[in-house]
Amino acid sequence: MQVVHIVFYIFAAMAVVSALVVISVRNPVRSVLALVVTFFSMAGVWMILSAEFLSLILLLVYVGAVMTLFLFVVMMLNANSTGSREGFTRYLPFGILLVLLLVALMIISFGSSFTQLPAPVPPGADYSNVTQLGAVLYTEYAYPFEIAGVLLLAAIVAAISLAHRTPKQRKSQNINEQLRVRREDRVRLVKMPPEKKNDLS
Amino acid sequence: MASLITLIWLLVKIVALVLALVVLVIYLTYLERKVIGYMQSRIGPNRVGPRGLFQPFADMLKLLTKELIFPTASNRYLFLVAPMISFGTALAGWAIVPFDKGMVFANLNAGVLYSLAVSSLGVYGILVAGWASNSKYALFGALRAAAQSISYEIAMGFALIGVMMAANSLNFQTVIEAQSGGIWHWYWLPLFPLFIIYWISGVAETNRTPFDVAEGESELVAGFHVEYSGVMFALFYFAEYANMILISTLITVLFLGGWLSPFQGIPYLEQVFAGVPGFIWLGLKLSFFVYCYLWFRATFPRFRYDQIMRLGWKVFIPLTLVWIVVVALAVQFHLPPWFK
Amino acid sequence: MLHRLRHYIKSATFWDLIKGLSVTGRYFFKRKITIQFPEEKTPVSPRFRGIHALRRYPNGEERCIACKLCEAVCPALAITIEAEPREDDGSRRTTLYDIDLFKCVYCGFCEEACPVDAIVLTDMSDYHMEQRGEQILTKEKLLAIGDKYEATIAKERGEEKIYR
Repeated sequence: MQVVHIVFYIFAAMAVVSALVVISVRNPVRSVLALVVTFFSMAGVWMILSAEFLSLILLLVYVGAVMTLFLFVVMMLNANSTGSREGFTRYLPFGILLVLLLVALMIISFGSSFTQLPAPVPPGADYSNVTQLGAVLYTEYAYPFEIAGVLLLAAIVAAISLAHRTPKQRKSQNINEQLRVRREDRVRLVKMPPEKKNDLS
Repeated sequence: MASLITLIWLLVKIVALVLALVVLVIYLTYLERKVIGYMQSRIGPNRVGPRGLFQPFADMLKLLTKELIFPTASNRYLFLVAPMISFGTALAGWAIVPFDKGMVFANLNAGVLYSLAVSSLGVYGILVAGWASNSKYALFGALRAAAQSISYEIAMGFALIGVMMAANSLNFQTVIEAQSGGIWHWYWLPLFPLFIIYWISGVAETNRTPFDVAEGESELVAGFHVEYSGVMFALFYFAEYANMILISTLITVLFLGGWLSPFQGIPYLEQVFAGVPGFIWLGLKLSFFVYCYLWFRATFPRFRYDQIMRLGWKVFIPLTLVWIVVVALAVQFHLPPWFK
Repeated sequence: MLHRLRHYIKSATFWDLIKGLSVTGRYFFKRKITIQFPEEKTPVSPRFRGIHALRRYPNGEERCIACKLCEAVCPALAITIEAEPREDDGSRRTTLYDIDLFKCVYCGFCEEACPVDAIVLTDMSDYHMEQRGEQILTKEKLLAIGDKYEATIAKERGEEKIYR
């Protein structure tokens, strides 16, 4: 039992418990926060496997950006899901079926060694996860990588075009114009004598 | 047994760093009050101790002895956890900061990414605090802070990509060593737009003036930490100031050569200052940026919220994208003297 | 077009920001104008209207003759006076002279109204109370304040005499 093992079991337990919390807790905000903890513990497990690049990217993209936006939306909507408990039993058979399928897939892919996998080879001192990943991603898988990029771009364009409104429908201010304003555009200085002579005579 | 000793040694070093950080942070609050006072023709705190030097200790004692107040409708558990998240992430960022050649806690290969990931985790402390307080001001402050830090993280990340390409590494030690060779070889010159954008985004990321809409006192009372008191407030306060110092250190490491001497390559001065240890140079450089934080606070009015968003999305991100292409070309064609 | 170009150059060079920073940077080194209050004090005008006092004649006789003009003129109704003939010589004196400092607006009308210069407003601005009820200045307190600051009161009244 090394220190690494203890750390691994802590992260693994955290991941399992928080994943259970995600699906069992009623409050959506707490559920999202539990999901954040799940991602965080998975990043920890990956870090133990010397997959530091993947682990940090998981933290950066999922925890740092995606989940923040998630939390943002849930907080803004202030969704009170008191009635969602009844769906739990309704979708339970479907869920169990999915889990069974997943387990079957794992058993098929790992074959007979499912219960006793060989220990991973400890990487050398000069092993760099970043270099390895880059080398594979930009040579062997260059086309799938680029296609995935284009796909994401298409999704972004679609999302923007769906949510975009023409300037006539918006009530937003033109900040560029506001910033460019000079004094001469708004104020006219007029030279006037301080007072009028009273013609009393 | 050997691993136990290294573990204890690591713990001792971590405690030393945290203590040093606490002293730095509480004296930063003193410095802030003094500097802003001086810029407003006042003299700042001068009653506790000679020239007010014990003022931060008095402040700390006051905060530590104050009552912890939990709002009745708050989510007690998350309310308690939020300052801990802020405090923890503020400390975690220091793990990869190189103080001198070889003087670093974790010489991570993806150190640059780690710094970005930790700073993006920090926003959870603010978000959770805002939501758990069950107060409209706290919630609005938290939402603003979250939106702001997501937007500026992108610009920050792109600026970091420029540095990564220039240094051909994600490791802070390598980044610093790639900059060796005097003040003109530091990355602030070839990556000047990225340097400025990283600096400004750093100010926005720490929610300091002029980007402090998250706690704008004229509209949101105090933003996400309105409901906090005593030690829990002190933790938020500590996190904010520790992050300020961290961002200043990162700017120094990425763009100003970290612990490198500025007199490298200058015939006579190089020998004279050869004995100065690296962390002194690092400290001198980063204190300039820390001072700038206070200077900005004394000078600039607060940005309007939509202008902050415009600056982040419509100015910084396109600019960084353009400059990344420039850097890529410069690296590809080995533009002397920076990219050999 | 030219304005737009100038605007872009200006914002790209941070011209406005640098101008602002240079102002605060200059003030950082300027002389500080703080006055260390308990040790140092700003000069006070002889016309300053601070806490109230009741004066005496040089022979020790109190000036107030209980004419109640100050009570009548007080716009905030802060003064309460009760009067009776004094036992030993039968002269008209106050038995009660209370000023409620929380009601008082420091307008100085009482001083203007007083025919014998008994009630005055001193230039003392720093005073405090710690208990409820201390804000009522009784006759004894007012006379004590008057005795304490008689020298400065007399001097300031002398300086201001020509303007009255």
